[in-house]
Amino acid sequence: MNKEHNHLTHMHPTLEALTQQAQQGQLSRRDFMRRAIALGIAVPFAGSLLPGQAFANNGTPQRGGILKAGMQGGESTDSLDPASWTSQVQHSFGQSWGEALTNVSPEGELVPRLAESVESSADAKTWVFKLRRGVQFHNGQEMTSADVVATLERHSNEDSQSGALGIMRGIESISATDTYEVTIVTLEPNADLPFLLSDYHLMIQPGGGVDNPAAGIGTGPYKVVEFQPGVRQIAERFDGYWNPDEYGFADQIEITIINDPTARISALQSGQVHMINRVEPRVVEMVQRLPNIVINNTSGRAQYVFPMHCDTAPFDNNDLRLALKYAINREDMVERILRGYGSVGNDFPINAAYPLFPDSIPQREFDPERANYHYKKSGHNSPIVLRTSDVAFPGAVDAAQLFQQNCAEAGINMEIRREPGDGYWSEVWNKQPFCASYWSGRPTQDQMYSTAYISSADWNDTRFYRDDFDALAREARGELDQTRRSELYQDMAMMVRDEGGLILPMFNDYIEATLSNVGGWSANPMGEMMAGFALSKCWLAS
Amino acid sequence: MNTFVLKLIAQRLALGLLLLLAVSVLIFVGTQLLPGDVAQSILGQSATPEAVENLRRELGLDQPAWARYFDWLGGILQGDLGTALSNRQDIGQSLWGRAGNTLFLAFWTAVVAVPLAILLGLVAVRYQSRWPDRVISGTTLTAISLPEFFIGYLLIYVFAVKFSWFPSVSTVHSGMSLGERLHAIALPAATLTLVILAHMMRMTRAAILNVMQSPYIETAELKGLGTFRIIARHAFPNAIAPVVNVVMLNLAFLIVGVVVVEVIFVYPGMGQYLIDHVSKRDVPVVQAVGLIFAAVYIGLNMLADIIAIVTNPRLRHPK
Repeated sequence: MNKEHNHLTHMHPTLEALTQQAQQGQLSRRDFMRRAIALGIAVPFAGSLLPGQAFANNGTPQRGGILKAGMQGGESTDSLDPASWTSQVQHSFGQSWGEALTNVSPEGELVPRLAESVESSADAKTWVFKLRRGVQFHNGQEMTSADVVATLERHSNEDSQSGALGIMRGIESISATDTYEVTIVTLEPNADLPFLLSDYHLMIQPGGGVDNPAAGIGTGPYKVVEFQPGVRQIAERFDGYWNPDEYGFADQIEITIINDPTARISALQSGQVHMINRVEPRVVEMVQRLPNIVINNTSGRAQYVFPMHCDTAPFDNNDLRLALKYAINREDMVERILRGYGSVGNDFPINAAYPLFPDSIPQREFDPERANYHYKKSGHNSPIVLRTSDVAFPGAVDAAQLFQQNCAEAGINMEIRREPGDGYWSEVWNKQPFCASYWSGRPTQDQMYSTAYISSADWNDTRFYRDDFDALAREARGELDQTRRSELYQDMAMMVRDEGGLILPMFNDYIEATLSNVGGWSANPMGEMMAGFALSKCWLAS
Repeated sequence: MNTFVLKLIAQRLALGLLLLLAVSVLIFVGTQLLPGDVAQSILGQSATPEAVENLRRELGLDQPAWARYFDWLGGILQGDLGTALSNRQDIGQSLWGRAGNTLFLAFWTAVVAVPLAILLGLVAVRYQSRWPDRVISGTTLTAISLPEFFIGYLLIYVFAVKFSWFPSVSTVHSGMSLGERLHAIALPAATLTLVILAHMMRMTRAAILNVMQSPYIETAELKGLGTFRIIARHAFPNAIAPVVNVVMLNLAFLIVGVVVVEVIFVYPGMGQYLIDHVSKRDVPVVQAVGLIFAAVYIGLNMLADIIAIVTNPRLRHPK
């Protein structure tokens, strides 16, 4: 991270011009990134060329007031223990009172948070994190390496039920090498390690939260005042916070759990809350017409998919898989299922929201003739069973029916079997050879592939068992040279796209709404509600 | 009070308890038949096999069902509802808060709805087949014909969004004064009142009209008493039994059947609490809430029976 700044002196002349344009507001940050990448500048590097305030939106932050969010996704079963978090309410509340070692910016660059800097050995196996000094927990204790080590160990030990267990598994040892220094050694080279530690489960807690995991004490800009699972959660500004210029503008933040979509909109409309998540695509146009309400849609990494098991007949035949991949009308699906709030997929689980996205891969189009050619070549002719359910993703039943009609055009006979929502994730997904599903994306490409596409992955829901793919994934994971890494990711994407079992018709946008007096909103493809930072980064304009 | 009535009441109580025990068995067996795996549901789509295995072991899901039933029943008899599987919180603690909210809403709805329904019923009888009767019957029947979520959204649109008189989100929490609480629950209480009004009003009207055919009412009329006095003093007491029954049924509905209204108004009651835990396969909570719902239903119906017995002179003074 720090080393890269030394290269700033040798700036590309075109890049210098771009940077100037960006600072004067003639280029959006995203455009700047895109063009900088075109010049061959690695993304993390390009992002650091711009000062933080270059893209300030609607004015300067104002302090004070109670910022209220009405959110879907909270339940009375929720807990304050970060290891147990699965829902977006816990994610958003957690990002307000807790902090991880690192963050990842909307552009995919690494941003220091509780770690001030990070350095790796040349083989990308030993990582040294220098911690920020003088950071206080809400209980007055100072954060030191002992707390960090205890936290990371709690999430990675054998008895852990943490949602972050999957990403902690590759770690060999975690040790405090100084009061303010933590050294992590991984089993295999992993160039993504500092990105992985930005996971929202890995909030640093005093003593690792071992004694009382659900105490709700962290180092974040807000401290927990009230926690009523499934009802309401309140936190007030923490006076001893180390970074008050960037986070924590409202005096108090409040999340009310409103799981009913209509109730969310009426709460926003009547001014009871300032921001809501999950506006349904079919009502966006109507909501947009309301005065004082702003719709924010963010193209993220979340995706709606139809995984096929590559090892189960008839899907063990690549021609049949290709036939189905060509027999789906992606544009139509984005238009009808997402009402345009999304983008088409290309049968590999990565899009432009990921760093090092391979953008030169041609888009797969709806081609009934080609589908029919592959279908005939596969020799299969009985109906293909697709299982779907309302819980697979919003509109999954309709999407399956559209897919069925598309297939009919290509002469492929598809049968839809509707499954009960109850038990769908334990009985159908990852068990049946062809079904509807979703993925919410992962912080890095490697993480996405390691979660679901390498042979040893727990959730290899396409049963994609390929040694050559695993070897590429391993090489890319340990590769510190970004250009070489991009090439490897391009090869991996092509393999999944042309030989894998994933049909990925669309990436869905996050659609959220705010009142017009909310300042500081900026899209973040990492997740909902500015990847959970909305409450700590937004402010109320008077 | 004579021994015959006391015996009848004692019989009802014993029957009620027996029924509750049978229900507890049914609830337990029913929850065992639910598909899916608790550990898997708690951890969601992002669970790893190790985490699932660790959780299953910790939750004691490997013990036989009958052993768990007696453990559970024994705990309940000592007032211990157990610990929620999903968030390790004491069920009693979180449930009483929720139950308190549900009872609060049910109580204030009943305070408005029951007298209003009976009064409207009396008025409808007094002006039978004339315009007040028609208006009362027409409006209450319209209200009961509309689905409750529609009434809820309608009230939100008019009173929360258009006029901003009442909040659309009825979240109540500790630290709110009684006045604030009543203000917060105004819209859900109004919705529920509209939902249950017609049922009780119609029953009051029908029961009293039935009695109005009796010869002693004619005598009262010939005596020269006013119509409303006859209805209130002479006809109504003899119509109490069916009215009490339907009132109790509606009160039970206010406690066990208001999930939809709770969801629309974001009210933290028991229904929402139950739904959350059903979807997470949190069996102890589902069992506890199921048992409480059954107890409420049985208890209120038993109360209706007892009131009917006590107010019936033929039972109080048997030949």
